[in-house]
Amino acid sequence: MTGIIGNYEMSLLTMVGITVTFALSLNLITGLCGQISLGHAAFYGAGAYAAAMLTKAGVPFALALLAAAAVAAAIGLVVGLASLRVRHDFLAITTMGVGFLFIGIVRQQDALGGTMGISSIPDPGLGKAGFMALCLASAGVVALFSLYVKRSWMGYAFDSIADDEDTARIVGINVPAYKLAAFAIGTGIAGVAGGLYAHNVGIIDPDSFGFIESITVLAMVVIGGNGSVWGVTVAAVMLSMLPHWFQFIDNYKLLVYGGLVFAVMRFSPGGLAGLFAGGLERLRRARMPS
Amino acid sequence: MTALLEVREVRVHFGGVVAVDGVSFDAEQGELLGLIGPNGAGKTTLMRAITGVIRPQSGSIRLAGRDLAGLPTHRRVRLGLGLSQQLVSPFTTMTAVQNVALAAGYRKTGAPLAALIQMRRAPELARARELLELVGVRGLADRLPGDLPLGDLKRVEVARALALDPKLLLLDEPLAGLNHIEAAALADTITALNRDGLTVVLIEHNLGEVMRICSRLVVVDNGRKLAEGPPREVMGEAKVRAAYLGEEVEDAAA
Repeated sequence: MTGIIGNYEMSLLTMVGITVTFALSLNLITGLCGQISLGHAAFYGAGAYAAAMLTKAGVPFALALLAAAAVAAAIGLVVGLASLRVRHDFLAITTMGVGFLFIGIVRQQDALGGTMGISSIPDPGLGKAGFMALCLASAGVVALFSLYVKRSWMGYAFDSIADDEDTARIVGINVPAYKLAAFAIGTGIAGVAGGLYAHNVGIIDPDSFGFIESITVLAMVVIGGNGSVWGVTVAAVMLSMLPHWFQFIDNYKLLVYGGLVFAVMRFSPGGLAGLFAGGLERLRRARMPS
Repeated sequence: MTALLEVREVRVHFGGVVAVDGVSFDAEQGELLGLIGPNGAGKTTLMRAITGVIRPQSGSIRLAGRDLAGLPTHRRVRLGLGLSQQLVSPFTTMTAVQNVALAAGYRKTGAPLAALIQMRRAPELARARELLELVGVRGLADRLPGDLPLGDLKRVEVARALALDPKLLLLDEPLAGLNHIEAAALADTITALNRDGLTVVLIEHNLGEVMRICSRLVVVDNGRKLAEGPPREVMGEAKVRAAYLGEEVEDAAA
C-alpha cells in the first residue's frame, strides 16, 4: 500500500475517516433528530480517554473501541435525560455547558492525566495502512448506517420530532425515547471516533476536545446540509483536508469555518445538499419548456 | 353502560385563576358530542387536560374505563384518543400523505429500536391515501402543507387523527377559520365519520354547525358546566343563552 500512496496521504486519509465518522455521529443527533448540540466534542473526548486508558492498561484495541462507544453512549444518555426538557436555544446552551463541564472535570482528574492528558498511547498494531483502512471503513459503515436509519421508521419518527415535537406526540411518538435513542447512538459513534483519534495521534489532552472542536464538527453538519448524509460527508472531507492543503487556513480556522457557516445560513440554509438539490431543480426547469 | 370518555370533577387552576372548576361529562360510545361555550369558558383547558398537556389539580379522566392520570400525550393517543388541534400543525417537511402515513404506522413507531428494524412504508402510505380520500382531499396527497389552504389542511389533520384508529376523535375547533361553505362541508365529513361508528367530541365555536350536526351538547362557562342535553333544549335554556350569546344580544333578540 505504501507503494501506492505516501505516508502523508495515509495520515491525511486516516484523519479524514475519523472526522467523517465524528461528523456523521453529530448528524444523527442534530441532522436526523433535530437536536442541536454545541458540546459534541465531549463525547469524542470521553471515547478517546476511555479507549486510551484501556489500551494502556493492556486491553485489546477492539475491546477498547467498544468500551469507548459504551462510555460515550452512557454519558450521552445521562446528558440526553438531563436535556429532555430543554429545546432549541436552551438545548444549545445546555450542551455547550456539557462541553465545558467535560473539560473542567478532565483537567482536575489526576487519573486522567490532568491538563497534561495521556501520552504514549499504545499503537493498535495494525500498521499505518491497516489503521487508515479501519478509519475509512468506520466512516463508510457509519454513512451506510445513517442512510439506513433515515429510511427506517426510526428515521421517519426522527423527521417528525425535528419538524415539530409537540405534533409528533399527538401521532403517538414517544418523543423522549426517540431523543434518547438519537443521543445514545450519536454519542456512542462519537466515542468510537474518539477512540480512533486517540490511537491515531498517540497523545491526548483535554483541550483537544474543547469548544472549538464542537463548533468545528457542527460547522461540518451545517455546511454539508443538516441531515444529509452525503452532504455532511463531503463537508467533513473538505473541512478536514483544507487546513492541510492551505497551511494558512489552520491559523484562521475558526474565522474560515465561522465565515462558511455564516455564508451557508445566509445563502443556502440547506447546506451543500440544499445547493445541489436547488441546482438540479433549476436544471430540470431550464430543460422543461414552460 | 359505561361511557367511552368519562370526565369527572376536573379542576384546573393556573396560580389563582380557576380555568376549569369541577367539570364532569361523559361521551357515550358512538355519539357526536358538542362541547361549547363562550371564549375563555375553559374548553381548550379541558381539552388539554384530556390530552395530557396539562395536569388537572383534581378529578379524573377515563378513556374506555382506563384512568388517564399521569399518562403522557403519546400514551393517551395510543390508548385510542385521536386529536386534531385548534391551530393546524402539519409536519411542514412532509407531504400530506407522509403526514398521515406516519400516524398510520403507529404500530411500528411504538419503540425506537423496534422502529429501527422496520423499513416498509408502502402499506401505511396506501392506508393514508384511503384516509385522505375519506376526508375528501385525495388529490392533494403529494403536496406539501405549505402549499395547501387552511380548509384542506384541517382535512389532512382529521385524516392524520383517523390514521391512529382512534376510539374517540377529539376535534378542537376544526371549523375555525373556514368560510361557511368549507365549514359545512367539513361538518358533513365529521357527521359521516360519526355515522360510520366513530365517537366524536367536537369543541367548536360555530354554533350553527354544532346545532346542525351534534346529537348532544355540553355547555361550559367560566370553568363550570352550565348545561347538557339535546342541542335545541340546551340552547333554549335562558342561562345558556345569557352566557353564550351575552345579555345584550338576548335583549336585542327579545
